[in-house]
Amino acid sequence: MSNTANTGAFEGHKKIERNVTLLAAATLGVVAIGGIVEIAPLFWIDNTIEKVEGMRPYTPLEQAGRDIYVREGCYVCHSQMIRPFRDEVERYGHYSLAAESMYDHPFQWGSKRTGPDLARVGGRYSDEWHVQHLKAPREVVPESIMPSYSFLAETELHVPDVAANLTSLRAVGVPYSDKDIAAAEADLKAQANPEADAGDLAVRYPKAQIRDFDGDPKRVTEMDALVAYLQMLGTLVDVNSAAAQEELTKGDKGR
Amino acid sequence: METVVKRLGVWALVLLASIAAIALTPDAGFAIHMGIVALVAVILIFATASSYDPLAKAQSIFNMPPGPSRYDDDVIRWGVIATMFWGIAGLLAGVFIAAQLAFPQLNFEPWLNFGRLRPLHTSAVIFAFGGNALLATSFYVVQRTCRTTLALPGTARFVFWGYQLFIVLAATGYLLGISQGKEYAEPEWYVDLWLTVVWLAYLAVFVATILNRREPHIYVANWFYLAFIITVAMLHVVNNLALPVSLLGAKSYSAFAGVQDALTQWWYGHNAVGFFLTAGFLAMMYYFVPKQAGRPVYSYRLSIIHFWSLIFLYIWAGPHHLHYTALPDWAQTLGMVFSVMLWMPSWGGMINGLMTLNGAWDKVRTDPIIRMMVLALAFYGMSTFEGPMLSIKAVNSLSHYTDWTIGHVHSGALGWNGMITFACVYYLTPRLWNRERLYSLRMINWHFWLATLGIVFYAASMWVAGITQGLMWREYGADGYLVNSFVDTVAALHPMYILRAVGGLMYLAGAGIMAFNIWMTIAGKVRAEAPMGETAHDEAADRPLPIPAAAQPAE
Repeated sequence: MSNTANTGAFEGHKKIERNVTLLAAATLGVVAIGGIVEIAPLFWIDNTIEKVEGMRPYTPLEQAGRDIYVREGCYVCHSQMIRPFRDEVERYGHYSLAAESMYDHPFQWGSKRTGPDLARVGGRYSDEWHVQHLKAPREVVPESIMPSYSFLAETELHVPDVAANLTSLRAVGVPYSDKDIAAAEADLKAQANPEADAGDLAVRYPKAQIRDFDGDPKRVTEMDALVAYLQMLGTLVDVNSAAAQEELTKGDKGR
Repeated sequence: METVVKRLGVWALVLLASIAAIALTPDAGFAIHMGIVALVAVILIFATASSYDPLAKAQSIFNMPPGPSRYDDDVIRWGVIATMFWGIAGLLAGVFIAAQLAFPQLNFEPWLNFGRLRPLHTSAVIFAFGGNALLATSFYVVQRTCRTTLALPGTARFVFWGYQLFIVLAATGYLLGISQGKEYAEPEWYVDLWLTVVWLAYLAVFVATILNRREPHIYVANWFYLAFIITVAMLHVVNNLALPVSLLGAKSYSAFAGVQDALTQWWYGHNAVGFFLTAGFLAMMYYFVPKQAGRPVYSYRLSIIHFWSLIFLYIWAGPHHLHYTALPDWAQTLGMVFSVMLWMPSWGGMINGLMTLNGAWDKVRTDPIIRMMVLALAFYGMSTFEGPMLSIKAVNSLSHYTDWTIGHVHSGALGWNGMITFACVYYLTPRLWNRERLYSLRMINWHFWLATLGIVFYAASMWVAGITQGLMWREYGADGYLVNSFVDTVAALHPMYILRAVGGLMYLAGAGIMAFNIWMTIAGKVRAEAPMGETAHDEAADRPLPIPAAAQPAE
């Protein structure tokens, strides 16, 4: 060991190198800093998620569709986050607002576009288009490399306990009401069944789309759920009525 | 022994059948009876098994050296075999999904669709291949650098088998659609809890071995292993915080949502790369490169500086995965700046590794293992330059969501992680199985060139693909409208996707040659081949030319 290694800070380092507890504690301390500085403030800085009008929790059917989206790994090829670039906004619609994914457990912003962004796909295509495309993508878009999902149309929607899903989501911060949870099972069935009485579903979930989605009104299938989810993406917030910056910052605590 | 196995097999089948009956029957009374049958089967399994020594049989199947070794290396031998097995599995999955992107007819719904297979590939190569390599090498290195055997040997065996169970649960889960929907953190809550238990046991074994050390100074490789183990624990626990819907079901919902979930995920995701795939593998480099080269590590002071700056800076880099998203701008800026700074400690590692070869550079000519190590460090340097470049917001505005990111990942994964792991397994195998040498040194060379060529095809095709996508997405015509529909860009990428699959296939072929080489080495075979790098020595010609008698000085 050369003498030059014994200077200053390197001398002090020897103490750490001879004490595994010190080494471990120092390591843990050093690696914890970045996470605390970057992540923690997101939970208390107000304008991390600017308030917008129109955001609401997913209906039970939409949430079931979202759970299928997660299950099938759709986020692996599709993003749900439009960036504020001219070309991107022109192709996909208004750039995504933080509030629009505030009830997304987990977030599905995605990291790859093997297929197009879906943040504002709601209302862009008809239900029939979605069903046909999910069943056999290349029959609708010949150059597509998307896998087929025809089994969704054959599988009845089976959510073991819808109310329990909503209860868990409420426990992690999604503002479902007691009424929402009590009516969860009924809401799930009614939203895709044009014969059923949806009750006050549309009142508790504004802009909820109530119709048969998969072209098979007699059954509520996984296809119904997924299409119901896709058809509401990006539709809740009226992005064209954005207030001027001064309005937004009124009453802001200045952070 | 055969009778014991037969009996165990019979009772195991009875146990499985009775469990299936319990699950399927609507009749409660029948279920209770099947429970009694199951209990009887379990008791008989115990009774039969207690007379049987599976370790003796395993030692004979895997040719493990008999008698007590100087070090406790059984777990390491299993780890080396597991690394090779999962490596082939993960690479095969990768080639298959690459083929699916070029030929979508290869998607077989529902279980073998791309969306379910992709996490199979990523988890297999990172956690199964990489994880077992880290387990095996960390247990090897910590013993030898501390001059003591593994502490808590029973726990070390639990760590190995518990980790294999984690891999199997995760992999089967993905095919079944059990996924939390977060990259590299897809396993659900109960699998995450199991991994936490296994990981704490791993930390215990590693730290206890260091506490028992007979060498007062903790070697640098162990700083990196320790940082890897501790940080991965922190990342895993925080990112996987979730509420299960029911304790009797797989489904859970993440504790965080939207923006907060996004940053938590990429704080985790980037540091899975930074600590699992970088710090842990730098630890491997710090032991095996100097050992193979027969040279000391280049600089002690550099190792101190780059260790602390690496583990500090890496953590901040997460936001570079979220440039121009709804993540607040201040966080994006922090991520970008720290990512660019991260270039320095990363190259510190590369420099320390490469310069260790000072005085031994001729070995690149004659030793294919050194060749792999040098290439691994070169790719490490390349990737840790490309990464900071991609973290710059302006560059990222083109590259985000494109195949350039995939190209970057794979130049690092195949070039750095793969190659250094191969080199370490080649180093370890003859020593762990008491062989004079590997079955074939020339096959290492074939592997080296196949792998290198594979990486070139992969990276080049993905660079072209990524930049093509980025540019086509933003291309405007003279009329002021977008030129390309999204599917136009998909069609344009088809040839690149084929070339990428070819590159992956070459890399897999190299790994297949390695698996054969390792298998034959363990079996004790030696290939008759010309030695590498030796030019014949002609004694008569090896002398200076005589000076002519009437020599004239030059004009």
